[in-house]
Amino acid sequence: MADIGRRGLLAGIAALGVGACSKMADSDTARSIFNAAEDWHRAAHRTLAGRQNLAPEYAPEDRSPSFRGNGSLTVDSDFYRQQLGQGFPDWRLMVGGLVERPLALSLTDIRALPQRTQITRHDCVEGWSAIGEWTGPQLGTLLDAAKVREQANFIVLRCADTLYGREYYESIDMVDAYHPQTIIAHALNGEPLPEKNGAPLRARIERQLGYKHAKFLTGIEAVASLDDIGAGKGGFWEDFAGYQWYAGI
Amino acid sequence: MRRHLLSTRLWHWVNAVAIVVLFMSGLNISNAHRYLYWGNYGFDPADAWARVARFPAWATIPQRYDLAEARDWHNLAVWPFAVGLLLIWIAMLANGHFRRDLATGRRDWTSRAFVASLRAHAGGEPAAGGYNPVQKILYGLVFGVLLPAMVLTGLAISPGIEPAVPWLVEGLGGRQSARSLHFIAAWGIFGFFVIHVVMALAGWRLIGEMITGGRKTEDAEHG
Repeated sequence: MADIGRRGLLAGIAALGVGACSKMADSDTARSIFNAAEDWHRAAHRTLAGRQNLAPEYAPEDRSPSFRGNGSLTVDSDFYRQQLGQGFPDWRLMVGGLVERPLALSLTDIRALPQRTQITRHDCVEGWSAIGEWTGPQLGTLLDAAKVREQANFIVLRCADTLYGREYYESIDMVDAYHPQTIIAHALNGEPLPEKNGAPLRARIERQLGYKHAKFLTGIEAVASLDDIGAGKGGFWEDFAGYQWYAGI
Repeated sequence: MRRHLLSTRLWHWVNAVAIVVLFMSGLNISNAHRYLYWGNYGFDPADAWARVARFPAWATIPQRYDLAEARDWHNLAVWPFAVGLLLIWIAMLANGHFRRDLATGRRDWTSRAFVASLRAHAGGEPAAGGYNPVQKILYGLVFGVLLPAMVLTGLAISPGIEPAVPWLVEGLGGRQSARSLHFIAAWGIFGFFVIHVVMALAGWRLIGEMITGGRKTEDAEHG
């Protein structure tokens, strides 16, 4: 009898705790605590790893035999299909927002800029990893060419693809925007970017998880605040499903 | 003289809550990709060394599949867990708890010591006179290996911390190896947790003492 009482009490406490977790998570207080914990992680990472420390780079033989595509695997539009077949002659990457000199860059323009090639590991929030070689100009090169204004605090990455009926987008702060490994990749493993990996252009944000690496890029927009972009949380998955804006954890 | 110092008791209960939240939110995270790999990369189930069961909703936090919210709980609870582990290690080294109750000598690792530990336990002798060799080894394994392994493998799978400690990820055999070890160590702690709770339920008094601190008996002072 006493045993049942004890076990029942413990099970009750456990059930209460779990139920309480679900209730608490919906409150504003819990949201602000979760956000604070996320900020502490980011502050700790920035303190320990600095602004410029590099993610590990690998040798060619360390690459995974293939590179998984996830999320949007294509863009559902006639223009995209037609451009994909022709090598994207009319695709333009717009660089705008808080810049003095807005740009509209073709793939030829982008390939003519100084390039960085890096073999890096891609970590998905789901848990899997793939390794591939990416080539493209540093985002910092584009931002300098467009003369980004001092008021800019974030870079919004605009995409052609939609998921669940919404436009995909992502955003990063200026530290990650000017990180040496943050590039606008047009090639994977020496070949033009495959469709499932974001052809013709995708961002590489090497110190964060995969959902930050926006694919099918159409624009780069410098903004002061993320409040008026999308639903205001800084990215598609952040708006749609509550994913963490800082994805370095 | 209390059996358990205030620092030990505070850490014990804060850590207990943190570990339950970490484990149950971790099961939710595991459901996102139920395959484990060795090495740096891994995404193809054909390359997996283990296919993990899908954990039911009642075992996870939150009580439905929600990777984003599970990560919120995981990223929050890891702060009291990791900082607490650091603090309790400092406290245990400073107050002698480690040297007195956890550090083992050569004598503790013999089969005779092992048998004597179990026999004493089966005989219902109070464990008041310090920990027996089996307890020392088990607690040492938890404090010295499993709990630190959770923190280190957890850090190793965070891409934002890796540029600061690339040697950690390489030392663990790559990111997917670190993820596999994170999973294995979590179940090691779960195993300890089950034994620990069953033992504590067998001696209800022990739970009260971990709250109040208890009192050392005279036998205990000599033991």
